[in-house]
Amino acid sequence: MTTRIVELRSGILKKNDELAAGLRQSFGQAGVLVLNLVSSPGTGKTAFLERTLRELLARGSRAAALVGDLETDNDARRLAASGAPVRQINTHGICHLDADMVSRRLDGWELAELDYLFIENVGNLVCPSSYDLGERVRVALLSVTEGEDKPLKYPTLFNSADAAVITKMDLAVPCDFNRELAIRNINEIRPGIRIFETSAKTGAGMDEWLEYLKKERDRGR
Amino acid sequence: MHELSIVSSIVESVTESLAAYPGAQVKEVRLRVGALASVVEDSLQFCYEIATDDTPLAGSKLVVNIVPVVMHCEPCNAEVTLASLQSFRCPRCGELVADLRQGRELEIESIEIEENP
Repeated sequence: MTTRIVELRSGILKKNDELAAGLRQSFGQAGVLVLNLVSSPGTGKTAFLERTLRELLARGSRAAALVGDLETDNDARRLAASGAPVRQINTHGICHLDADMVSRRLDGWELAELDYLFIENVGNLVCPSSYDLGERVRVALLSVTEGEDKPLKYPTLFNSADAAVITKMDLAVPCDFNRELAIRNINEIRPGIRIFETSAKTGAGMDEWLEYLKKERDRGR
Repeated sequence: MHELSIVSSIVESVTESLAAYPGAQVKEVRLRVGALASVVEDSLQFCYEIATDDTPLAGSKLVVNIVPVVMHCEPCNAEVTLASLQSFRCPRCGELVADLRQGRELEIESIEIEENP
């Protein structure tokens, strides 16, 4: 009997990472800006995305969305009302989307005919952070009802984000939301990140967000 | 709780590597996990036992080496280790640091196997 140590030095999620890198390359070649939206359940990702899609379409942009949930196609039906092509991904119990799920749901979509593709992840602030979906921009969302310390509680996700969106700003006053503290906490975990203070209901902060999207998209072309 | 998915990927990857060592028994699987990798060691250990059952990894030990977060601090022009994930500030000068150099690893470092000569 001989004992041997075999050095592997391989990424555990290598398959996902390779698939994601391939997706990122196709997205880049097609000139579509892909964003991965991550938050807790109930932050208002769908409402925020619904408003974003409507405003983009109204400005003549071409946008589509993939939406992940454990079950139901409620969110896809809600988002489709915006007029944008939308597809649901049901993970049936899995707490995150992975690159394979995304890749399989892209069939038949002409990426080059899109300006933006939004991927709304499963509501979860932990697991999605490990899985690259081939996105260029990862967006972490938190709502004013969740508490200003969310970034401190979930540093792994917030530190991996490229942009942060605070949602439900219309409720900031009744919730005693301390915006300075929330912004400071985001910065403490992800220094220098772009932060958007928005309300899907009133439209506050949407212009700034849309301008950012356009800039990011142009940067990739 | 995506540790079960992570462990399933480990089983798949180690099983593939074993093809080069027919008949070998896996004794130990050593991981290198960054403090920012979003995985919890206790959950990994718990899932490991379940996920390795009836696989070539059954009965093996999982060793998880956690590596700290290392950032590059511009003003200090140095790589610095974060003491906590609550604040991404240089422990030397107190400035915010955004340039991550280590801490997201999720790797199988090595496996220990026993072979019959």
